[in-house]
Amino acid sequence: MIDYEALRVIWWVLIGVLLIGFAVTDGFDLGVGALLTLVGKTDQDRRIMINTIGPHWDGNQVWFITAGGAIFAAWPLIYAAAFSGFYVALAITLMALWMRPLGFDYRSKLSNPTWRKSWDWALFAGGIIPALIFGVAFGNLLLGVPFQYDDILRPTYTGTFFGLLTPFALITGLVSVAMLLNHGSTWLQLKTDGKLHTRARNVSVVLSIVTAVLFSLAGVYLAFGVDGYVITSDVNALATSNPMNKEVSIQAGAWLQNYSKYPWMVIAPALGILAALACSYFSKINRGGLAFVSSALSITGIILTAGFSMFPFLMPSSTMPEASLTVWDATSSLLTLETMFIVACIFVPIILCYTAYSFYVMRGRIKQADLNKAHTIY
Amino acid sequence: MSETLVELSRLQFALTAMFHFIFVPLTIGLSFLLAIMESVYVMTGKEIYKEMTKFWGKLFGINFAIGVATGLTMEFQFGMNWSYYSHYVGDIFGAPLAIEALMAFFLESTFVGLFFFGWDKMSKGKHLAATWLVAIASNLSALWILIANGWMQHPVGAEFNIESMRMEMTSFAELLFNPVAQVKFVHTVSAGYVTGSMFILAISSYYLLKGKEIAFARRSFAIAASFGLASVISVIILGDESGYELGDVQQVKLAAVEAEYETQEAPADFTLFGIPNDETQEVDYAIKLPWLMGIIATRSLDEEVKGLKDHEIAHRARIISGIEAHKVLGTVRDGTATEQELAQFDAHKKDMGYGLLLEPFTDDITNPSAEAIEKAVDYSIPKVAPLFWSFRLMVAAGFMMLFIFAAAFYYSTKHQITKPKWLLKMAFWGLPLPWIASEAGWFVAEYGRQPWSIAEILPVHTSVSNLSEAQVLSTIVAYSTFYAVMFVVAFYLMQKFAKKGPTLVAQEQAEMKRQDELLAQLDSKEHNND
Repeated sequence: MIDYEALRVIWWVLIGVLLIGFAVTDGFDLGVGALLTLVGKTDQDRRIMINTIGPHWDGNQVWFITAGGAIFAAWPLIYAAAFSGFYVALAITLMALWMRPLGFDYRSKLSNPTWRKSWDWALFAGGIIPALIFGVAFGNLLLGVPFQYDDILRPTYTGTFFGLLTPFALITGLVSVAMLLNHGSTWLQLKTDGKLHTRARNVSVVLSIVTAVLFSLAGVYLAFGVDGYVITSDVNALATSNPMNKEVSIQAGAWLQNYSKYPWMVIAPALGILAALACSYFSKINRGGLAFVSSALSITGIILTAGFSMFPFLMPSSTMPEASLTVWDATSSLLTLETMFIVACIFVPIILCYTAYSFYVMRGRIKQADLNKAHTIY
Repeated sequence: MSETLVELSRLQFALTAMFHFIFVPLTIGLSFLLAIMESVYVMTGKEIYKEMTKFWGKLFGINFAIGVATGLTMEFQFGMNWSYYSHYVGDIFGAPLAIEALMAFFLESTFVGLFFFGWDKMSKGKHLAATWLVAIASNLSALWILIANGWMQHPVGAEFNIESMRMEMTSFAELLFNPVAQVKFVHTVSAGYVTGSMFILAISSYYLLKGKEIAFARRSFAIAASFGLASVISVIILGDESGYELGDVQQVKLAAVEAEYETQEAPADFTLFGIPNDETQEVDYAIKLPWLMGIIATRSLDEEVKGLKDHEIAHRARIISGIEAHKVLGTVRDGTATEQELAQFDAHKKDMGYGLLLEPFTDDITNPSAEAIEKAVDYSIPKVAPLFWSFRLMVAAGFMMLFIFAAAFYYSTKHQITKPKWLLKMAFWGLPLPWIASEAGWFVAEYGRQPWSIAEILPVHTSVSNLSEAQVLSTIVAYSTFYAVMFVVAFYLMQKFAKKGPTLVAQEQAEMKRQDELLAQLDSKEHNND
């Protein structure tokens, strides 16, 4: 069978696929939610917007849940240390996410304007808060997280919630907000027409540029203002997972080392910037489909950049660097990785097939005259 | 870990899990009933069955949304509040959760979108297939969650690894085919079918009592009555207690449920009523039915059911044995252990979990006082009265539903549903029964597992995240506030649409559509004038 080292790399790729899958699918739901009051001027506009994602948001959200479950199964140490460490931030994210299933389904069930407006703001919060916090969390992973292990390997986080809001993390948070809102507006370009479509295009033209600029800014900051982590002891990629068996040092510019070691990795940041610029151009010339694809590629490039910069680190510890969690020592056992790999090989292709089928069935733009038909029940 | 932190974390888990579990059984049950109704529509071509699927589907949607929202909390709560648990057993416990998402939740969530939005976009047959996939996926989802939960009750196929200082999977097949999980799965999904059936039966009875929607309500009533009767019989016969002879914690739970302090001669009596007294370890005012408990618990007449006093004796021995394992854990971990120490560790490592039970009572679990050991022994048995009463509450609710469904089935086969007013009233007021039974049953299963989070391996107090009490308290307050508002909103919508009934809802829908079309025409005129 495949050896432990290869499986560990495969699972790094698979978790990456799940996170990218989440950002590319549920990302536009978050974006549409956050844009609801900005792009949707009238109640009908907003209903059209919600109905475009109505059949899909739930399936899309499962990418997020699956990423959570897969991290639990493949990287239990990350699941334990990161989620308890980012406790307050994650609790706020969850509360914001609760607003979405209820908001989508309940908003248009009553015609009372106060009821609908309240849900519009709840959906705005449900879109923008998770987008911001996910970006801030990634920024903090790059900065290193203050956590330690005791002698039974119980993780303890010693930072605070407000300690997460450093300038660098706020920039990465804004990158995430800009890219997901932009993604939402490219989706609206595909699925709406008329004034709504024009507004979505205008938003994309601007937000794609903002995404590219903020992402470049974060890159420069990362290169010159953020210290990276390096494993200084020998790495045994086949050893049992125990994060306390290595030495780690903090070095300026260490997050750039992978790019000189593996120059092909530069594709990721390049894709992040160039695809965003392309998205702006395609929105300008009214090519919604290409704008959506460019936005998805830009998101992929941005998330890969974070992963490539840190590899093999997953969650470095700023207060106990040797406790940093890496691809080689934060995974589950060989048997669990093998079993889960087989499960993923069977089910991920099936999931992709029926997800594609559902988008195919629900294809086409939603116009005002479509409201209150059987396929626009929200 | 402070006791307050442990208690707060437990309280939060109980609140969020029990709240989530209000919506889950209804989703499991209604999805199947919707699939049955739509199948009848596709096979007979009668429009009324399509209306039924759509109307009950609307109520299903209100419930589904809040179920999805509250489910998010569960997926992340283990890491947030139970980080040592996640670290220690994630290698095993994470797998079924991830598989649930990949195999079931994706399927359910994708096709539920097509169920709601696909009516005029898909052929009859394809839409029916989507509905069935939702029903099947919601059941698969329950399967994997109960495999995870079954492993907490009866952990098989795993072993402690000293190098990684955690439990690791040794057999995926054992995890998958854990008999406790299988019994739980059948019992829990049947309870879901009962919940869905009772929901439709009660609301249909309401229409019949009001004398409206007669054709709609009669058909719904008949389907719910037959599906409900089959389900309630299966939920009672395939009771979860048949898995209670497996593993120490399950046996203790059973003894506590029956308030059996002393081991009785086989077959044991069933205490129908009584007041359990943990102080004197006796049941006051007991009314007993001979043999019944021996039959329920062991499915035999000659196996005995061990009493709590005998369990305590066994636990004391295992706690003392666990201390021996912890004494040498450090040297074994560091690789400096002598051969004698290694032998000592191997002999006692199966009791390491029992040694951890001492943590709340001593600073050094390798050298506890005799008093600390006694306290730990006492702690190893859950409180009897809450288990004794919730079990009886569950059983009473179950038998009441058996009566309602049996009567409903009898009258619907005689085509006299509208006649017996007493039955319609009873079915309507019986609406809360499945929830009382489900929540009580959940409580028995999980409170009965105390003080363990993973039976015999990891106590609850060792499992919690090292958070501040203020953090956990603030999420309890925030979660409860949100959940309360969400519940009120969902309940309001649910009763509003249920009261309106299918005809009025369809009329309003048509009216809204007409107004929207008018608005759209006006709008396009404006466009032309621009």
